[in-house]
Amino acid sequence: MESTGIIPRLEVSYPDDVLHSYQYCGQDVVLTRKKHILDICSFIRDQCAMNHLMFLCAVDNSRRKEAIGKNEYERFEVVYQFYSMTTKHSIRIRAQVPDDDCSIESITSLWPGADCLERECFDLMGIHFSSHPDLRRILMPEDWKGHPLRKEYPLRGIGEWAGYETLKEKSLELRTFDYRSSQKGNE
Amino acid sequence: MGQLNENDLVKIKDGVSFIPGASALVGPLNRIINWGRAGSIWPVTFGLACCAIEMMVAGSSTNDLDRFGIIFRASPRQADCLILAGTITKKMAPVIRRVYDQMPEPRYVLAMGSCACSGGLFDTYAVVQGGDNFLPVDVYIPGCPPRPEALIEGLITLQKKINQEQGRWSQLV
Repeated sequence: MESTGIIPRLEVSYPDDVLHSYQYCGQDVVLTRKKHILDICSFIRDQCAMNHLMFLCAVDNSRRKEAIGKNEYERFEVVYQFYSMTTKHSIRIRAQVPDDDCSIESITSLWPGADCLERECFDLMGIHFSSHPDLRRILMPEDWKGHPLRKEYPLRGIGEWAGYETLKEKSLELRTFDYRSSQKGNE
Repeated sequence: MGQLNENDLVKIKDGVSFIPGASALVGPLNRIINWGRAGSIWPVTFGLACCAIEMMVAGSSTNDLDRFGIIFRASPRQADCLILAGTITKKMAPVIRRVYDQMPEPRYVLAMGSCACSGGLFDTYAVVQGGDNFLPVDVYIPGCPPRPEALIEGLITLQKKINQEQGRWSQLV
């Protein structure tokens, strides 16, 4: 697939934000800083006809030590995949999000459909999307502690979820009402 | 009307006989009630994951659960069997318990598949390690997912279990 020509335009318009760009399997990828992500997305949508947000997800790079050492990668990155309905081109933006300031501008003002995707990112990776209209957990229960897809999160979780403990207590309490085969009624 | 002869009775199963022409059953109440219950297990239409697909196949024409009197009911209030068909997540567990609590006695629980029996391969933060952590499970069906034949075997096992019950019809709780 031929190049979209967006990368050079981005490099001209946002020289301070574009960290690195490359092509992989014919796909254009741009690594950016997070500060002007809303402007970059708005530029891509309005100036480059990238009108469709295919997906939005987050990556935890904490185990890619050599990559973080290069000063291009931060601990987290939010990955945006855009597609153009008119030119049939696609581009991927990888916005770097540091561990100590784990937040990024929400793009719900540009694509309302990003709402649920950003909530999922927040829920599982703990990235805060500022100016998101309703940043709540979407998959885990609302009172869940921690963000399960972070690399430091243990597979079996941190402690037990309070709701599940309540359920087990309740089922223990209701067990006295269960039918027991040893218990015989009127024959 | 004459004397009722042993030969006039139609034997349905051990201890339960039918009197032709009188629409009456003869036998110990336990046996008759158990026979009726075992022949009309109505599971609630409730699937959790991929096992639910196998459960649907078991209900469709090739395997045909209807021939056992097993008819899926869309309301827990009309059902007397809950098939845990799939992975039980911790977020879903209170909902499953609520469905079970809405079912009237007598009620039975089948754990279908590895996940519902023991958590299966999902020994993780989000998955309940077996339905018996919060529900009284009657029959465990192994498999990932179990074939419809295995589900039918499990339901037949449940029928056998029901047939051995004593006095469940009059138990005061």
